[in-house]
Amino acid sequence: MQFVKDRFKYLFNSTKGLILVAIAMVGIVTAIWGMLSGPMAELGVREVVIKTLGMDIVQSEREGRIIILYHSIAMAIIAIETYMITSLLKMKPFFKTAINAIITVGYIVTMIFGMGFAYFGHNWAFHGLYIFGLSLIFFAGVMLIIALWPWNREYHVTDKDYAHTKSGLDLERTAFFATAVTTVISALFGAVPGSYYGHGFETFLAENIIRYPEKTVMEYSVIGHLHIMLALIGIMITLIVGRWLNFKGILHKIAMPLMILGTIVLNLGVWGVVTPLEPVAHMIIYVGATPSMLAALFLLIWDWNKLIKDGTAHLKKPNFLQKFGALVRDPLKFGPTWQMLFMNFTTSGIGIFMAIKLDEIFRVWPAREERIELTGHWHALSAIIATIILMYYGDMLGLKGKIRQLYGWSIIVLSDIALAAVTIFEMKRLFISEAEQQPLVNGLMYAIDFGLGMLLTLLAVVMVWRLIDLFKPKGRWTEEVNHELAQEVMK
Amino acid sequence: MKRSMNIMSLRGAAKRRRSNPLLSGRLPRAMALAMTLVLLASCAPVDLNAPLPTHDTGIDPSIWVRIPAGEFYFGQHEDIEFTDAYEIMTTDVTVDQYASFLNVALANDYVKIDSDQIVGFYPGDEFHGIKHEEEIKAGDWIFIPLNDPSQRVKFDGEKFVAQAGYENHPMTMVTWFGAWGYCGYYDERLPTEIEWEKAARGTDERPFPWGDEILRENANFYSSRDPFEDMSSFGSRTSPVGFYNGQKYGDYQTLDSASPYGLYDMSGNVWQWTGSVYEGMHYRFLRGGSKDTYDMDLRIWVRNNATPTYVSPGAGFRCAR
Repeated sequence: MQFVKDRFKYLFNSTKGLILVAIAMVGIVTAIWGMLSGPMAELGVREVVIKTLGMDIVQSEREGRIIILYHSIAMAIIAIETYMITSLLKMKPFFKTAINAIITVGYIVTMIFGMGFAYFGHNWAFHGLYIFGLSLIFFAGVMLIIALWPWNREYHVTDKDYAHTKSGLDLERTAFFATAVTTVISALFGAVPGSYYGHGFETFLAENIIRYPEKTVMEYSVIGHLHIMLALIGIMITLIVGRWLNFKGILHKIAMPLMILGTIVLNLGVWGVVTPLEPVAHMIIYVGATPSMLAALFLLIWDWNKLIKDGTAHLKKPNFLQKFGALVRDPLKFGPTWQMLFMNFTTSGIGIFMAIKLDEIFRVWPAREERIELTGHWHALSAIIATIILMYYGDMLGLKGKIRQLYGWSIIVLSDIALAAVTIFEMKRLFISEAEQQPLVNGLMYAIDFGLGMLLTLLAVVMVWRLIDLFKPKGRWTEEVNHELAQEVMK
Repeated sequence: MKRSMNIMSLRGAAKRRRSNPLLSGRLPRAMALAMTLVLLASCAPVDLNAPLPTHDTGIDPSIWVRIPAGEFYFGQHEDIEFTDAYEIMTTDVTVDQYASFLNVALANDYVKIDSDQIVGFYPGDEFHGIKHEEEIKAGDWIFIPLNDPSQRVKFDGEKFVAQAGYENHPMTMVTWFGAWGYCGYYDERLPTEIEWEKAARGTDERPFPWGDEILRENANFYSSRDPFEDMSSFGSRTSPVGFYNGQKYGDYQTLDSASPYGLYDMSGNVWQWTGSVYEGMHYRFLRGGSKDTYDMDLRIWVRNNATPTYVSPGAGFRCAR
């Protein structure tokens, strides 16, 4: 009994255990449900999975199933970010315990009953529990806002290395707070249409109605919701990476006000989509996105500069190669900011290019081609966020030496191969006709499948290793059970 | 002593590196080589005129069916809609039919040759100046391009003929104007979206013209392993109209996949232009999915749209009256 009790305590009462469980849950869902579409469906694997697991797939409900699927995954990712925040930032122990407990129950209930409802027959009690799980996560978000309250004098800072106001208001904490507040409010933009489900609101995927000049308020609300939630998950992981790496100095002082400003303006723009401000909402969004992206750029500059400085400290006059060697010496410290830079190629760059050339190029193509760009670039952003989480997790595990190199570089190289191929796939019509595309499509699919497949295999290896470790009386888990991420922030 | 131990440990490390494919660099090199080969294969040219199996489906593309007036379930969310009675073609317009049309239409000055394309007059649409809307003015608009290697209607300077083997395949590489012009020439029209969907679905709630589920033998879609595709080279190709009628062609057994009213190819093979023109949009809507889309796009209610000048080897049409 003590055996189970100890493991349960680690898995559900320690930050690293909670993160491990959430990563494992996301990994399992991704591996299984990834086999229901794309090349796996072509190979006939989908039918085998459906039959083996006894799934009940109704054609007209595909859109609804997908919505529940990515909400289930997203809730686990939000839970992981929340665990990181409660472990990295100072807060009252009661809040930490309560938030972690509520969000854990929330995302597990959401995932199990949501997927149960969507894929295994329609038990409406499951749907109710799915909504209950989402509500718990919302409630945990409200508690997180209270816990982060930056005007509490207890959390004021005086250290000149970190951004703060004259009165000591911690601007980094304020950025976390602003992101949490706007996340909770933005969640309502999905919840309100959801509450009208079947009474004036029907399931739809945003990418399928993108060209219709007339959209209902509910449709605008959902479109705004999905865009801003992913952006906020991205902003939050940027703040988390900054805290993990101990972002500080002049760039921190510039970046944090930009991050607060960017987050607020970006949200105002997205919320404006459901108001008479809709015609100018996109402009407000661009204005808001710019400072947020600049803040991320400052984090990148600071991180790379620090890695180079630390790695060449023993050299008097390091040359370019030595500096480059120092930069890439530790893939887990270099990787997160590299992925943020890479994101500009797969997501931001594509988005900006599409916005500039929309009527000239993309709206000349059929809607199904535009759908590929839209879904491709936000899948790529989600995958990049996931890889950053995995790199932080690798550092949390204390991976060292060759294993650290192998783990870190595998994540970077495999994901970047896959995402570069996805980006070329999205943009293929710029340089190849429909009739001549098949060999290129095949090559890109091989690259995508290889990259993502190997990445999931790597994750599976780590998960199996952690599972075996749990059976050891003095396994690594015993060291992690009382560790907090704040203790491991880089000096 | 210490030096010899260092040498020993270096030798051991070198041996470990040699025996470990990852550390010795053999694995990364093999991966790089594999990726290079894949990239090279990706640049391979595509033979757009690769040999094509020919089959007589026994379905006459000149036959029309009558759709009775009445209500039916429209769209994914099954709204009730109503149509008057109308007739619609059993199959898509074939390459042979379109070539015949061009011959008479050119002789009657209904269409003309403008450098490397066939153009015809379209009276234009009402323009509302809505965001992203483009004005479709009255004038000559492209019906089909002649110089595209995917074009299956060939012109020898005097006469239009269907490319050998493609006679009974759906006409593709045709713009919305070209589809509209064909139907209009014979005093027919393109079906509206509602008419198209009713003809595909009948009066029940089925997602596919033949029923609730889709199998590879029901329709021509992406990677459906039909006799016309080769996913390792040219990819998916069109199949003759009415191919999925339950016949066995050599070793390939099809399922009878007609709609409740007896229409063929209402899911898969080629997207079909519809005639609806909506206020504030210059886009025209296509229905039915195609040889290039996954099965989810073959569901009856799925909509695609494109500018009316768009042409594709996966887009055709049929007429209504």
